Amino acid sequence: MKSSACATLITLVFGVAAAWFVAAYSKKTKGLIDSILTLPMVLPPTVAGFFLLLILGKNGIIGGFLKKFDITIIFSWVAIVIAASVVSFPLMYRTVRAAFEQIDSNILDAARILGANEFKLLFKVAIPLAWPGIAAGTILSFARSLGEFGATLMVAGNIPGKTQTIPVAIFFATESGEMDKAYLWVALIFVISLIVMILMNYWSGFQARLLFHPRGKL
Amino acid sequence: MELYVEIKKNLPGFVLDVKFEGSKERIALLGASGSGKTMTLRCVAGLVKPDEGKIIVNGKTFFDSKKGINIKPKHRKVGFLFQNYALFPHLTVKDNIAFGIRGLSDQERNLRISNLLERFGLTGLENRYPRLISGGQQQRTALARTIAAEPDIILLDEPFSALDEHLRSYMAREMLEILKEFGGTTLFVTHNIEEAYRMCEKIAVLYSGELHVFGSKKDVFENPQTSEAARITGCKNIVEAVRVDDGYIEIPSWGIKLKTDSKVKAEKGFYGVRANHIRLSNGNNSGNVFKARIVGNIETQFRQTVYLKFVEATNGNSNYHIQWEVSKDIWDQISKEQGLINIRLPQDKMYFEK
Repeated sequence: MKSSACATLITLVFGVAAAWFVAAYSKKTKGLIDSILTLPMVLPPTVAGFFLLLILGKNGIIGGFLKKFDITIIFSWVAIVIAASVVSFPLMYRTVRAAFEQIDSNILDAARILGANEFKLLFKVAIPLAWPGIAAGTILSFARSLGEFGATLMVAGNIPGKTQTIPVAIFFATESGEMDKAYLWVALIFVISLIVMILMNYWSGFQARLLFHPRGKL
Repeated sequence: MELYVEIKKNLPGFVLDVKFEGSKERIALLGASGSGKTMTLRCVAGLVKPDEGKIIVNGKTFFDSKKGINIKPKHRKVGFLFQNYALFPHLTVKDNIAFGIRGLSDQERNLRISNLLERFGLTGLENRYPRLISGGQQQRTALARTIAAEPDIILLDEPFSALDEHLRSYMAREMLEILKEFGGTTLFVTHNIEEAYRMCEKIAVLYSGELHVFGSKKDVFENPQTSEAARITGCKNIVEAVRVDDGYIEIPSWGIKLKTDSKVKAEKGFYGVRANHIRLSNGNNSGNVFKARIVGNIETQFRQTVYLKFVEATNGNSNYHIQWEVSKDIWDQISKEQGLINIRLPQDKMYFEK
């Protein structure tokens, strides 16, 4: 739960940044960059987990570097967050990119002509206008990271109380025949998901009304 | 020289190649859709990069392909009024106007905004969102936002096309005042001849990416240089013509020979006559008077459009040969004459080589 929230936050920042970069700047390389950024969604989560293991593991690029400072990411809480972020990233990226691309290009041009720098353009114009899309992307990637199983299991394992996420707990409870425990976890995740979805929907609806409704007042 | 524009740009199936210069005046870029007028405007604003050329505004080089200069739009200080106004929907009228104001203290900024609100008749609407205000108010907001940024040049892209007829003439008058007050160079893109004439001092006629004629509006209307420019400036009757000798041309499809004042050089070309330059004649057969039959007419609010066929023409394919704008008085007079009348065509202008 906490990992999902963290992961969603990380995804939000990187997803919006990547989406803006691709939507606003790249031209020829668009197809390639787009494919690479979407890859984690298409690959089986275990493959994504495998790659993460390679990079973050003791002999991997990042893992090896961090080992010098006596930090291990693998089989820790951080690993869960990274796994969930990587897997949910494409959902955020794609939704937000579509929202950016739907903005009337004249409005962005108008902002540029009026002297807006890239920072102002992004934060004062593009993000407010793409807000409903960003909210939708957040919901989707939260849902994705909440349900993340394959990649998490690969890089974080199943250490109760430390790296055990709800989906993993459900799997092992069912596997070992502890149905009571499984029911409890299932009910919990069901309720959490539902509440989060409802809240997010209301919130984004409210935001959208604030910005776009004809009678909207601040 | 306040404005120098020389642009070459190759696009699939279209080549833009224009060159003109101007001073502190209002210049219309007149042309049909797809003639490159908006593209020209976007090049000046820096939204589109020309392949080759040079753009200088108020002594500042915006673009020079030879020197490798291409200033970004945000540093050009141009005012651009978009066809759909491109107001920021998530910002209030006031914040829209404030968007382009740079380097002022809060106090000065607020003063400028309230001045603009007043001048553009937007007082009381400052906290509304663009969707909540009328089309005319939206346009005023967009213009105020443009002026607020203190541009060196104002670029207008078909500013009245989204307004209804009544509002259009009202806004045109209002905008003309504001542009006169602004006093700098203005480029005004339009496909409407009347608007171009009303708003601007000079007119540049574009046709499929080429500048056909550029000059004071009077010159452009009286001497459009090419048949396309004549058509775009509202000439209704344009027909192929052949040279007979220095002073005469023949129009085969009308079956007539015309005397012209200017010396005819090219073997083949076009003859054009504006619908309101044709005169009724009493029938004495001197210079450029021809018998024609009335084959149709359409009534408009103030005038009558009459369609004529020349009696001497041999081919009968087209419905009519020539279109004539007459006052209702003259229409009352000629409609009694059983369809056969004498008309006089002007001999002083309108023969084109291309």
